[in-house]
Amino acid sequence: MSTRSKVLRPTLSALALCGTLGLSFAAWADGEVSLYTTREPKLIQPLLDQFTKESGVKVNTVFVKDGLLERVRTEGAQSPADVLMTVDAGNLLDLVEGGVTQPVKSKTLNDVIPANLRDGAGHWYTLSLRDRVLYADKDLALTSFTYEDLADSKWKGKVCIRSGQHPYNTALVAAMIAHDGAAKTEQWLRNVKANLARKAAGGDRDVARDILGGICDIGLANAYYVGHMKNAEPGTDARKWGDAIKVIRPTFSGKPAGGTHVNITGASVAKHAPNKDNAVKLLEYLVSEPAQVLYAQANYEYPVRKGVKLDPVVQSFGELVVDPLPITDIVKHRKQASELVDKVGFDN
Amino acid sequence: MADVSYLHRVRAALQERGLVIQTAAFLLAALVLAPVVNLLWTASGGSTAHWTHLLHYVLPHAARNTLALLAGVGIMVTLLGTGAAWLVTAYDFPGRRTLTWALLLPLAVPTYIVAFAYLDLLHPIGPVQTTIRTMLGYDSPRQFRLGDLRSIWGAIFVLGTVLYPYVYLSTRAMFMMQSASLLEAARTLGCSPRQAFLRVALPMARPAIAVGVSLALLETLNDIGASEFLGVQTLTVAVYTTWITRSDLAGAAQIALSMLIIVLGLILLERHSRKRQRYVTTQKMRPLPRRALRGPKAWMALAAGVLPVLLGFLAPAAYLVVETVKRYTQVGAVSHALVNSLYNTLLVATAATVLTVAAGLILAWAGRQLRDAAPANGGRVMGRMASLGYALPGTVLAIGLLGPFVWFDRALGSLFGLSGLLLTGSMAALVIAYTVRFLAISVGSLEAGLARISPSLEQASRLLGHSPAGTLRRVHLPLLRPAMAAAALLVFVDAMKELPATLLLRPMNFDTLATWLYAEAARGTYEEGAIAALAIVLAGLLPVILLARTNLKFGN
Repeated sequence: MSTRSKVLRPTLSALALCGTLGLSFAAWADGEVSLYTTREPKLIQPLLDQFTKESGVKVNTVFVKDGLLERVRTEGAQSPADVLMTVDAGNLLDLVEGGVTQPVKSKTLNDVIPANLRDGAGHWYTLSLRDRVLYADKDLALTSFTYEDLADSKWKGKVCIRSGQHPYNTALVAAMIAHDGAAKTEQWLRNVKANLARKAAGGDRDVARDILGGICDIGLANAYYVGHMKNAEPGTDARKWGDAIKVIRPTFSGKPAGGTHVNITGASVAKHAPNKDNAVKLLEYLVSEPAQVLYAQANYEYPVRKGVKLDPVVQSFGELVVDPLPITDIVKHRKQASELVDKVGFDN
Repeated sequence: MADVSYLHRVRAALQERGLVIQTAAFLLAALVLAPVVNLLWTASGGSTAHWTHLLHYVLPHAARNTLALLAGVGIMVTLLGTGAAWLVTAYDFPGRRTLTWALLLPLAVPTYIVAFAYLDLLHPIGPVQTTIRTMLGYDSPRQFRLGDLRSIWGAIFVLGTVLYPYVYLSTRAMFMMQSASLLEAARTLGCSPRQAFLRVALPMARPAIAVGVSLALLETLNDIGASEFLGVQTLTVAVYTTWITRSDLAGAAQIALSMLIIVLGLILLERHSRKRQRYVTTQKMRPLPRRALRGPKAWMALAAGVLPVLLGFLAPAAYLVVETVKRYTQVGAVSHALVNSLYNTLLVATAATVLTVAAGLILAWAGRQLRDAAPANGGRVMGRMASLGYALPGTVLAIGLLGPFVWFDRALGSLFGLSGLLLTGSMAALVIAYTVRFLAISVGSLEAGLARISPSLEQASRLLGHSPAGTLRRVHLPLLRPAMAAAALLVFVDAMKELPATLLLRPMNFDTLATWLYAEAARGTYEEGAIAALAIVLAGLLPVILLARTNLKFGN
C-alpha cells in the first residue's frame, strides 16, 4: 500500500493541481471577449488595451499558430472563443467552410470595409491588407516590375523567396492562376525556380538579408517587413538589411492587369461565441480610425479603412493599387496553387 | 471482520499477480494510444485522391530527404556521442572533469534556436564569413562568399551537434558500468587498446548506443523548426503542407500515420540491438582505470572533447548572449511578460516531469522480466506503445489529443452537470500532452535501469517474504535512483523546450518561454527573441548540470 501511495500520491496531487489550475483558466466572467488568433497578439496588444480602456471589456487572447480550426471545432458548443482572427485569407475562409463562424451584421463594418474585402453574409471581415512586393538591391536600376517578370531568365541565380508552400506564396500563385491560367502559372513557377539563388526557405526578411549578403538581387516578400526594418534603430542588423533594399510594388500583367497582390488579415465571430455583442464591438473598434492608425503605424500594414495616415516608409512606396480580383477567387485556387508548387519541385 | 480479511486477501492476490500495476500500465498505454486512434479515425475519413499527387511529386523526394537526414544525423551522433563518451571514460587529460558535464550542455538548446543561430553566424554578412573576407582582402560578399547553410548537409550538421548528448549520456553510463577486468582480459589476449575498444567495449555498449541514437532520430523525425529554417523538405514538412496549406487534416493524418512505419523500424532496430544481451553485473566491479595522456596527445584529446561542446553549445550560446546584449543596449528593458513565461514554463515542465517519471516507472515495472525465459509480456508491449507519443510530430499529436480531451470533458460534464471545458485549453491538458509525448524517454531510461538490476536480487527479496511492492520499494527504487533522476531531468529539459503541442493546447493568456520566443519569431523580430532563447537555454542549464552530476556519481 505504502509503495503504491508513494507512486500515486505525487501523481494524483500533480493531477489535482493541474485540474484546479485548469478550472481557474477555463472559467471566464462576463464583460469579456475571447480572441483566438493565428496572428501574433503582441502586435495588436496596444489596440486591444485601448479597446479595453474605452469599452471596459477585457480581452483574453490565445495565439494558436496551426490548428485554430481544429481546436475551435473540437471544442464545439462549449468553446469560449468569441472572435477568430487570422493573417491569411485562406485560413479565414477555412474557418467559414469549417462551420465555426457565424454571420454578423454591422453597419459600421459594412461602411468601412469595401465589398470585395468582406463576406456578403457577414461571416468574415478584412481588418488590414498586406501587399506582396519586390525587394530589390537599392543600387539596381529598376523602377517597375510585374510578377510575371520574375520568371525572366535575366534574373537567373538572382532571386530569393521563402518556401513556395508558405500561405503568402500560395496565395500569390493562386492569384496568378486566376490571372494567367494554370498552364502559364506552372511554367512561371518552373522558370522562377530556375532563377532561385538559394533554397526557397526561411522568412520574408531573409530576402533583404540575403540581398545585403550578395546572395541575390531581388525577391518577393511582404511590404510591412520593410516598415519594420527601415524603422529599426540605426546600427541594428534589421536596419542594415532594410537600408540595403528598395521596394517596388509589382503588378500583374495578365488580365485584370495593373493591381498589386494583397493578402489580408481578418476576423470572424465564432459560431458559439458566448459574448457575441462584445465580439462585434471589438471588430467595429478594430476598423475605427484610431485602431487603423495603429495598424498602419505599429505593424506598417496597409489599413482597410480609407484615408488613414500611413507611416512615412510605407507612404514612400506610393499609393497601393489593389489587384481587383475578389479575395474569394484567390482562395478558390489555393489548393491547386499548392499542388503546382509541389509539382515543379519549387522547394526541393 | 471476515469481509475485511477477504478484501485483504483479494488485494494481496491482485498484488501478487501484479494486476494493479498491469492495469495501471494498460491505462497509460491507452492514454498514449488515444490520440493515435483518434488520428486513425480522422485519416480514415479522408479521401485518398491526393495520394496520386503525393506519390508523384512529394513523397519520393520527402522520403529521400528524411532518410538521408536520419542516416546523416545517426552517423554524426554516434560518432560524436560514442567518441566523446570513450574519450572521457578511458583517458585522463587536463579539463576532462569539466568536459564530462560540459558535453551534455547542447541538450539545453532547442534545435530551432541552433538552426537560427548558425544561419546568422554563417551568413555571408555574419561574423565568420566577414572575418574570412577581411583576411582574404575582399570588401563585398558579392566578390567572395561560401556555400549556403540551407541544405540537407546544414540540417545534418545542426541536428547532429545538438542531439549527440543523447548518445553520449547513455553510452558513457554503459562504459562506466563495464568492468575493467573484461578489457584487461582482452589486452592480455593480445588486443591493442584500440582493438580492445572496438572488439569489447564498443559491442558491449551497443544497446546504450542504440537507445541514444533512437532518441536522437525520433527527435530528428519530428523536427519542424530547423527543417523549416534550413529549407529541407522532409516528410514532416509534407504533413504540415498538406494540413496547413491544403487544409486537408485527414490527408495529413494519413501521411503522419504512414511515418509511424519508420518509427516502428527505429524501435525494432533498438530492440534488435538489445536482443539476447544481458548486462547484469552482479559482482562488485572495478571501474576502468583511465590512461593518463601527456603533452600534445593530452591537448589533442582536449580539443577533440571541446569540439562538440563548442559546436552544439558555446557558439550558439555566445551568439545569443551577444544578441541579447546588443538588444538590451539598443532597446532597453526586458519585458515582465518574460518573467511570467519563465514561471509558466517551470510550472508546467515540473508537473509534466513528475507525471512522466511516475508513469514511466509503472510501465517499466510492469514490463520487467522476472524470469529469464519470460516471453514478450504485456507490460513490455505497452512500454513500446508508449514510445509512439515521442515519434509523432508535436502538432499532429496535439491535434490527436484534442478529440479525447473534449470527449473526456463532455463525459465529465454530463456526469456532474458541468458546462464548459474543464480539461481542454487548460494547463492540465498541456501537462498530459507532455506526458504522452515524453513518456518514451522515461520508459526507456527506467527499463534500462531495471535491466541492470539482477533478477536474483528480486528473487532473494521475494524469498525473504517481501511482496512485489515491498521489493520495488526496498530494492529497486533505491537502485533506480540514478536512472529516475536522469529520466526526470531529460523530460524536464524536453518539456521546457516543447513548442508545437504547447502552441495548440495551451490556455488563454498563457505563454511559455518557447511560445514567447515563437511569437517574437512570428513577428519577424528574431533579435528580440534572443532574450527568450537565452532564457530557455539558461533555465535548461541547471537541470542539465544536475543531470551531469547524477550521471557522474552514477557508476563512479
